[in-house]
Amino acid sequence: MEQTTDQAEWLQRYRLMYLIRTFEETVARLVRQGEVPGFVHLSMGQEASAVGVMAALGPADVVYSGHRAHGHLLARGADPLAVLAEILGKRDGLGGGRGGSMHLIDPGVGFWGATGVVGGTIPLALGTAWARRESGGIAVVFFGDGASTTGIFHESLNLAALWSLPVLFCCENNGYAEFSARAEQSPVAYASRFAEPYGIATARVDGTELWTVIRQAQAAVQAVREGRPFFLELEVVRLAGHYEGDVQTYRSAEEREQARSRDPVWRARQGLLDSGISEGEVAQVEEEVKRQMRAVEDQALAMQWPEPAAG
Amino acid sequence: MADWTYAEALREGLRDAMAEDPRVIVLGEDVAYGGPFGVTRGLKEAFGSERVRNTPISEAAVVGFATGAALAGYRPVVEVMFMDFLTLTLDMLVNQAAKYRYLAQDRLRVPLVVRTQAGVLQSAGAHHSQSFESWLVHVPGISVLAPSTAGDAYQAIRWALRQPDPVVVMEHKALYGRRTVREPAEDVAAGWAPRATRRRAGQDATVVSYSAMVYTALEAAERLAREGVEVEVWDLVGLSDSVMDLGLVAEAVQRTHRVLVVHEAVRTGGFGAEVAARLQELAFDGLDAPIERLGAKASPVPFSPPLEKAYLPSVEDVCQAVRDLMA
Ligand SMILES: Cc1ncc(C[n+]2csc(CCOP(=O)(O)OP(=O)(O)O)c2C)c(N)n1
Ligand SMILES: [Mg+2]
Repeated sequence: MEQTTDQAEWLQRYRLMYLIRTFEETVARLVRQGEVPGFVHLSMGQEASAVGVMAALGPADVVYSGHRAHGHLLARGADPLAVLAEILGKRDGLGGGRGGSMHLIDPGVGFWGATGVVGGTIPLALGTAWARRESGGIAVVFFGDGASTTGIFHESLNLAALWSLPVLFCCENNGYAEFSARAEQSPVAYASRFAEPYGIATARVDGTELWTVIRQAQAAVQAVREGRPFFLELEVVRLAGHYEGDVQTYRSAEEREQARSRDPVWRARQGLLDSGISEGEVAQVEEEVKRQMRAVEDQALAMQWPEPAAG
Repeated sequence: MADWTYAEALREGLRDAMAEDPRVIVLGEDVAYGGPFGVTRGLKEAFGSERVRNTPISEAAVVGFATGAALAGYRPVVEVMFMDFLTLTLDMLVNQAAKYRYLAQDRLRVPLVVRTQAGVLQSAGAHHSQSFESWLVHVPGISVLAPSTAGDAYQAIRWALRQPDPVVVMEHKALYGRRTVREPAEDVAAGWAPRATRRRAGQDATVVSYSAMVYTALEAAERLAREGVEVEVWDLVGLSDSVMDLGLVAEAVQRTHRVLVVHEAVRTGGFGAEVAARLQELAFDGLDAPIERLGAKASPVPFSPPLEKAYLPSVEDVCQAVRDLMA
């Protein structure tokens, strides 16, 4: 960790990561309790990527994501209550219950949409980046390693490079597309390799290390602001199943243990302690977040269902 | 100008819309060179290559790009060279563009226009001739127009570029060169809306159609008139739920008591089934016979001229269907 970074900021970023983790633990429990309609994909293990990239963005930037989007949206500053309410299908959820977990949209925080179709938002980010090129804002799109085998991904890389679009591609490589490991999906181990022949600048970083992500994301965003695309590949881990309820028989105990040893929330916490922030201060942040999430959960569960006529 | 072609009308619609609204941009393969049908000719010279953008052969990414630009306030018009290639864009159209307004509760809109060119003509063959309107009208959130006249083609473009939500304008390759008299009223875009239009009056049967098949229906009506049968011909112009109003057609049915729906698309699952179902809902008591539908044969579009000719409903097929209805 760099000594120049301000400790209050570190704690603030950690709070956000811890909020995402606690939020998703809550969602996971609500899934088990039968409170959550539909499919849910948790981003546990990808919090540093979400928080680190958002730390490099400004309010004029627009973010798109994929199906594993809770962390991106919360890191972008959305109200956890509105997000949870949407995931539960409630009337006062972000989308009035029209979308749910895979269709979160919050233009108020510059989050223009998750998608249930893998790769579906990649070209949208290109058009938005172009349309807002004079606003000083850029467009960012998050997607998984699996998306790099779709046609739309390759068409979009070509177009972004051809037209020098100010777009930041953020590929969160968690090593899996559903149940299949990367090696079963593509002979190319790293999606960022696909960007190279198009002449797009790339970086591949440990996406479980918050400070590394922030530094690299800042450099990437800087390059994009100068008017060209950048491809950032974040090597993350998937600590949960593909969806909630996935028993993950396709993963070995050792591999899952290895993934857990890279838990980004735990690593960020260690970083704070190493930098001299006291255990008490960290624990206090965690306690506050837990209390916040308990209140959010109670409120969300008590919310009304939408009226079909209004939908 | 005393008359104009359908292609000229489209071009003028684009030019007028671009002159009026700097947010209108045109994208597509070779559009800066006028495109293979010449519809966008001169637009790059008039508005520059920033607004008239040649794209690589990436139909999906281009419609996705246009969706993202539309979300940010632009009014992109994407030319998809053949409706057959619309298949490549369907994910963007159906799963992204058509969904945003609903999912974002109106806080994000997609004022996107896709122009595409359908229809059978001169052995274009299995991959360059198809009509897929029934796929599109099946998706709430997309408006679909299929103009048959130059005047409506002009207005369709102007109208589409005033909508806050996605519109697909389905053009027909056989119509591009067709000249029609330019009505003075057509200079005024204001007030036009895609609505069913009566192209011929008659009291014995009603034929409902759209796009190029309207002309087949009109020719059949001429032939039938010589036999003493007067057919009323309606041109739907707008096909999707958002723009279709069959009220006037239903009134016609109450007078003629017999209906034939005819289109180029394959009959099974074709748009005619929707029209027939709605007309029987609206005018069941006025019908003296089951509503008849004519469409292309259940086959890929054939290449060889005699095969291609037999594939589409002909003037004589329409006449015979009407005679059968009258029997
Ligand atoms: C076009 C498409 N095909 C298949 C699916 C089903 N599906 C959902 S997520 C997923 C795997 C995606 O893997 P990746 O892009 O690596 O994202 P991750 O789930 O690992 O975050 C698949 C195949 C889908 N939603 N969309
Ligand atoms: Mg993955």
